[in-house]
Amino acid sequence: MPDRTRSDYDLCVVGAGPAGLNATVTAGERGLRVALVDVGVQPGGQYWRHPDERFPDTLPQPSATRRHGWREYRDLDARLDALVRGGRVVHLAGRHVWGVHPGRPFLVRATAAGEDADPVVVHARRIVLATGAYDRQLPVPGWTTPGVMAAGGVQALLAGHHVRAGRRVVVAGTGPFLLSVAAGLAEAGAEVVAVCEANALTGWAAHPLRTLQEPGKLVEGAGYVTTLLRHRVPFRTRTVITAVHGTGRVTGATLRRVDRRGRARAGSEERVDADLVALGWGFIPQLELAVGVGAATRVDVDGSLVAVVDDDQRSSVSGVYLAGEVTGVGGAVQSGAEGALAGLTAAADAGRADDPRLRARLRRRIARAHRFAVAMHRASSVPVDWPTWLADDTLVCRCEEVDTGTVRAAVRDLAADDPRDVRVTARPGMGMCQGRMCGFALSCLVSVETAVTPAAADLASLATRPLATPVRLAELAEMADGEEG
Amino acid sequence: MTFRGPAPDAVIVGAGMLGAAVAYFAAAAGMSVIVVERGSIASGTTSRCEGNLLLSDKEVGPELELAHYSQYVWRGELAEHADLWEFEAKGGLVAAASEAQRAGLDALAEHQRSLGIRAEPVEGPAALREIEPAIAPHLLGGVYYPEDAQVQPVLAAHHLLRLARERGAEVRTHLPVTGIRIVGGRAVGVNTPDGAIDAGAVVVCAGPWSGDVARLAGVDLPIRPRRGFVLVTEPIPVTIRHKVYSAEYVENVASSDSGLQVSPVVEGTPSGTVLIGSSRERVGFDAGFSAEAVGRIASAAARLFPVLADVQVMRTYSGFRPYSPDHLPVIGEDARMPGLWHAAGHEGAGIGLSVGTGRLLVQAMRHATPDVSLLPFRPHRFADADAA
Repeated sequence: MPDRTRSDYDLCVVGAGPAGLNATVTAGERGLRVALVDVGVQPGGQYWRHPDERFPDTLPQPSATRRHGWREYRDLDARLDALVRGGRVVHLAGRHVWGVHPGRPFLVRATAAGEDADPVVVHARRIVLATGAYDRQLPVPGWTTPGVMAAGGVQALLAGHHVRAGRRVVVAGTGPFLLSVAAGLAEAGAEVVAVCEANALTGWAAHPLRTLQEPGKLVEGAGYVTTLLRHRVPFRTRTVITAVHGTGRVTGATLRRVDRRGRARAGSEERVDADLVALGWGFIPQLELAVGVGAATRVDVDGSLVAVVDDDQRSSVSGVYLAGEVTGVGGAVQSGAEGALAGLTAAADAGRADDPRLRARLRRRIARAHRFAVAMHRASSVPVDWPTWLADDTLVCRCEEVDTGTVRAAVRDLAADDPRDVRVTARPGMGMCQGRMCGFALSCLVSVETAVTPAAADLASLATRPLATPVRLAELAEMADGEEG
Repeated sequence: MTFRGPAPDAVIVGAGMLGAAVAYFAAAAGMSVIVVERGSIASGTTSRCEGNLLLSDKEVGPELELAHYSQYVWRGELAEHADLWEFEAKGGLVAAASEAQRAGLDALAEHQRSLGIRAEPVEGPAALREIEPAIAPHLLGGVYYPEDAQVQPVLAAHHLLRLARERGAEVRTHLPVTGIRIVGGRAVGVNTPDGAIDAGAVVVCAGPWSGDVARLAGVDLPIRPRRGFVLVTEPIPVTIRHKVYSAEYVENVASSDSGLQVSPVVEGTPSGTVLIGSSRERVGFDAGFSAEAVGRIASAAARLFPVLADVQVMRTYSGFRPYSPDHLPVIGEDARMPGLWHAAGHEGAGIGLSVGTGRLLVQAMRHATPDVSLLPFRPHRFADADAA
C-alpha cells in the first residue's frame, strides 16, 4: 500500500474558495506549514470557478458583471504559488475531505475526487474549515424535468465552461444572486423571459444605509441591473414558478403571484415558454465536517444551520477555525475576510506574531458585510408557505424517489413528527446525496405538516454525515491498518 | 394536569421496537395504554440497527427459545401486516474460514436442529458459492438458515404503534419521564413535564437507557450500552442475496468483552444498498466516529466479499445495543418493585425478539401463563446472584 500520510503540518485548510485561499496565504506568510486540501483541480472554489488553466485559450475575458474580484483572485493565486514554491504550503488539489478525526491532534482524511489524485491523510495541529455552500433547492411540480437547474449550477456552467445552459430562460427564486445569473445568461446571448423574485424587495430599500456601507455590493448590484435593463429583461416581484412543464425536456413554466407567505393568489396563473428554468433559493452551508468535529451550531437568519464562531473565527472546538459560508452565508467579501482572520488567528495561536491592525480591519470588514448579509437574508427569505405549491406526486427526494404524498402520509398516518423521523420512515434523504439536496425542503415540508418549526438539533441531525462524501470500502479498510501509528 | 379520565392499565416508557410491541399486544388484549417517549418514535436503537430476525446466531438456551417463539408470532399473528414492515425471509448463511470453525458451526447446528430449527449444512466452498456466488474462495463451508429473516425496524415500530392507536392506545412523543410514582412500595405511574400519569403498571422499554429509567424507581437494572457501527454502500446490482456472516460473529455476540470486537456481517437490501456490520464495544454513550471500528469492519467485509472493495460507502452510523451481563433480556415484573415491569436488554436481537417479548409480557400482565417461561428473563436475577 502506498504511504498516503502527510505529517507534521501546523495547519490544514479545507477548501480553496475565497475563505480557504485567504486562510492559507495569511497563515503561510506568517510561517506556518500549511496543507491546503480542495476538491477542485485548481483553486478558486465555486465563486472564482473558471476554465481549466492548462488550456489558456478557454480562459475568460473577465467581463464587468461576472468576474468580481478577479484581480483579488489573481493576487491570492500568485501568493499561493509563491508559498508552494517556497515549500511552506502543499496544495492537495482534487481531493475531497470526507472526515476530520482526532489524532495528534487532527487527522484529515481525503479521497481522490479526480483521476489524477490519490487519497491522502494529513496530520495537522490546527484546522480551518472553509467548505463553502451549495444551492438550496425547493421542489415544485415538474422540477425533475431536464432543463430545470439550480441557479448556481447555471452559473457554474457559464463561468467554468462557457456553456449557456439554455436559449430561452426563466430565472426564479429570491435574492440578488438571481440578478447575477440572469445578467450572465443575457450577456452570453440567452433570452431571459423573466426574473421572478418571490419577495417584494422592499427590504433592500428599507435598509439603504446598510447597502451604502457595503459599496462593493452596491456597485455589483448596479452592474447587474444595468445589464438587465440593457437586455430589457422583465423583473417581477412577489412572483414564483409553481409548476414546470414539458415531458423529457422543459417547454415552459407557470408563474403565479404570491402573498407575503408564499400563498398563490387566485387567478394569477401565467404560462411562459422556456427551455431552461433556473431556480435560486439561496445557499446551504456545507456543514458536515464542522458538525463531525463537534462544533457548536445555530440556526441562522436565513433558516440554515451554521456553525458558531467567536470574534476571531475560532469554533467551539479547540484548534478548529471556521471561515466563509459555514459561519453563515454572507458572500465572497465576508468569506475572504473571515478566511484571512482565521489564518491570522491560527498563526497567532501557534505562537507567530499577531497583527492587531490587520485583525481590527478584518473584523470591521466582516461586521459590515455581515450587516449587509442579514438585511439581504431578511429581504429575500424563502416564503414559509412554499410547500403549498407541491402536489402529492411531486418528488421531494430524487435519489430515493420519495414524493410529497409519502412524506405527508408518514406524518399523518405514522405519527412521524420530525424530519429525522420522516427520513428513516419514508426514506427521503437516504440515497446517494444523503439529504444534501432535499434536507432543507424536507424540514420545511415536515414543519408545515406538524406545525413545529425545526430546531437547531433537528437540522444538526439532518446535517450529520460521518462520511462527508462517499468513500471506497477498500479505502476505509486502510484505517484498520493503524495509519495513525 | 394534562391527563384526565380513568388511569390506563399501563404506561409504557419508550416508543422503540419493544415499547411498540408491548403497546400493540396490550391494546390487542383490550388493555388501555399510554406510551411516553422522550424523542420521536423509534429514535433510539430501533432506527440504528438492521432489523434482524435471526435464529442462526443463537446458542441453545432461553434466547433461542424466545427467538423461535418470536418467529412464530412474526409469521403467524402478524403475517397479515408483513408487507407494511418489509418482512423478508432472506435466509442466513454462516461461513467458516477454518476446520475448527466448521466443526463448531456443525455442532451448534445439530443442537439447533434438535429444537426444530432448520439449519442446513453447506459442504465445501463450491456449495457455499452456489448460495452466494460472490463470497470469498478461501471460505470452507458453513450452515444455511432459511428461516432467518429481516424487517425494516422503523416501519415495524411505527405501524405497530399505529395499530395500537387504532385500538385506543395513546402515544405521547417528545415527553420525557422525569420520575416514577411509588405509593406503598408499588409503582403506580410516572411523572412528566406535562404532569403525572397514573397507571395500573409501568413498563420500562427504554432499550440501553432502561437502567436510567429503572433507577427512577430506585431499582438497579444492569443494562449498559454496547456500541456498534453499520456501513451502508451505494445502491448496486444484486450481489449479495442473503444475510452472510463469518463464524466468529456467533462467538462475538456471546462474548462479554468490553473492548472492540469486529466480525463481518454483510447483506443486500431491497433498495440495492449493502449493509455492512458489525462491531461491539462498551464505550458508554459515545456517539463519535471510530476510525478503528469502521476500518476493521470494512477490512473484514472486503475479505468476506472481495467484490465489495471498490464499492462506495455512502453512510456510516452507530447505535447502542442494550447489553445485559448474561446476554439475556429482562422481561417481566420486578419482584423488588411491584407494578414495575421491564422489556429491555435484548442487545443486538431486540427487533427479532420484540414481538415474542411483547406477547409474553402482556400474557403475564394479564395473569395468564406465558406460552414460554419468563423465569430465565426475570429482572431481579442479577440481584439474586449478588445475594448468593
